[in-house]
Amino acid sequence: MELIHKNLPALIVVLPLCMGLLTAIVGRRGLGWWMAMATNSAVLAMAGQLLWNVMHNGAFEITYQMGSWPAPFGIVYIVDPLNAAVLLVVSIIACVLTLYARKSVASEIQKNRLHFFYALWLFCTTGLLGITITGDAFNLYVLLEISSLSTYTLVALGRSRNRRALTAAINYLVLGSIGANFYLLGIAYLYMVTGSLNIADIRHILETTVFPTWATDAPQYRTTVIVGFAFMAVGLSLKLALFPLHGWLPNAYTYAPSAVSGLLASTATKVGAYVFIRVIFTLVGVNFAFGVLHTETALMVSAGAAIIIGSWLALKQTNLKKMLAYSSIGQIGYITLGFSLNNVNGLTASIIHLFNHALTKGSMFMALGVVVYRLGNARLKDVRGLGRQLPVSMAVFTAGGLGLIGVPLTAGFISKWYLVTGAIQAHRYEMAAIVLFGSLLALMYVWRVVEQIYFGKRDENAPKLKEAPVTMLVPMVLLVAASIYFGIDARASSWVAQTAAELLLGVKA
Amino acid sequence: MQIVLDYYNYWICIILMMVGFYGVIAKTNLIKKALSMSLFQTGVLVFYISIGKVDGGTGPVLDEANPEAIYSNPLPHALMLTAIVVGVATLSVAMAIIVNIREQYGTIDERDISDIEHETEE
Repeated sequence: MELIHKNLPALIVVLPLCMGLLTAIVGRRGLGWWMAMATNSAVLAMAGQLLWNVMHNGAFEITYQMGSWPAPFGIVYIVDPLNAAVLLVVSIIACVLTLYARKSVASEIQKNRLHFFYALWLFCTTGLLGITITGDAFNLYVLLEISSLSTYTLVALGRSRNRRALTAAINYLVLGSIGANFYLLGIAYLYMVTGSLNIADIRHILETTVFPTWATDAPQYRTTVIVGFAFMAVGLSLKLALFPLHGWLPNAYTYAPSAVSGLLASTATKVGAYVFIRVIFTLVGVNFAFGVLHTETALMVSAGAAIIIGSWLALKQTNLKKMLAYSSIGQIGYITLGFSLNNVNGLTASIIHLFNHALTKGSMFMALGVVVYRLGNARLKDVRGLGRQLPVSMAVFTAGGLGLIGVPLTAGFISKWYLVTGAIQAHRYEMAAIVLFGSLLALMYVWRVVEQIYFGKRDENAPKLKEAPVTMLVPMVLLVAASIYFGIDARASSWVAQTAAELLLGVKA
Repeated sequence: MQIVLDYYNYWICIILMMVGFYGVIAKTNLIKKALSMSLFQTGVLVFYISIGKVDGGTGPVLDEANPEAIYSNPLPHALMLTAIVVGVATLSVAMAIIVNIREQYGTIDERDISDIEHETEE
């Protein structure tokens, strides 16, 4: 037990990696799902334990040296409240979606390929967890590619339902690789200046030897650092689908298998946002990113545009999965807006919204997945009058929708509360207004669907649908219940998010 | 002229990257697109490799006879071994998807594909 406890940060990445390989080899005849489920449950337990450990040790930090090589020479894994929270989000979502995937994916993928699906599924989890936990900038790139490569393939697996999954996947692949390479190039510039790849070490060298010279007559490496940061920012914006670099997202979410859409929407872009936060606040520091470069203006413009245009386009969609995809673009806007405000409330809003939105969007994609499972499609006219036939899934969809709007007593309200407070504190009243306007648009696009579900009349000759199997209902009910719970009692989630935000901004006592 | 010669390694990778980037944006043939993406990656590889070079440095093998020796930095090269593997993996996933697209649509030209997609309802 002692050995496991000591090596938790490494195990949380190594376990799904090894199990993924094993699943690809021996996971035939349904064994694959059991292996994925067991692995993801273990990962969830480890993530919970890590969060508990880090919140209850005085330094709010756990450092793990790979192979006992000390930083900056070896790769270190560093757990702090921010990434412990993101680890927990990823592992919760991965765990409940694995349960959901059993029936859902079996209907979408050929039986003799299922073990490959679960292998990729585990690789994707590996990558996402690794990105989150690593303290090494290059290691982060490699893990980013591990998760991305498996996601491209997972998206392409939607081909048996709709061949557009393939074009969505190739589009995502090309743009995703360009994004990752931009990030890699950015690292190269910073490496030229600092000679280090360890995130904390790069920051230390920049702070002690590079930034101080900028105030003098002979600023050193100014252009190099700026160009490096710019490449990283653009690359990461592509990865997290920040407007206007969101082009790959709608089709990828729409045509992927239902479980994959849920995973992508609630973890992949969230981890992208986490990396962006990490780069701005830990790698180069706010004084550089916001003080010297004024990145926050660009981020706010993008975020504002994302909120309005994403929500507006969501309103125009008739394919409901696509509607949720556009809504996600808007929600990414909220997350980005939060950390660009550069104050504790804004950053808390970002972090707490990572969590809350993952719960809400995940459950909504799962609810639509039920309609897809029964009908093979989820258009607006398909859900007409479904409130009676699929009472549980449609209730989940509605509750999730309320969370998107940010109605009080849902988790969405908590994040928007912090966000608006942060915006007002930063004297960005126009941003507060945009947040509220975005909620109004969300109300419109959610209501449009809810109206059809409960008040629309089902066609006479439309097939009668049965409620989804229990293994699909339990995960989404769990998620939506969690999102309501964290809307009513936000003490735990806001305690973690606020601690993380204070640590990032360096105001924690 | 001097600036071109002095920094020729950077110019090479800028040109490689921009040719690749242009291809990704302008080409409609998916294979050409994937290859352009690979070219872009190669530009980044060359960039890393060239920054590992130290003026007057030899290969990074410890020369005990000559304690004054200057060595080139091997770390970027080691990193690029990993990145090459990633690049190969990306390209092969891309090719696998393109083969599937060819089977499903009968073409690998983006314009034809989007025509076909427009004709059929989602």
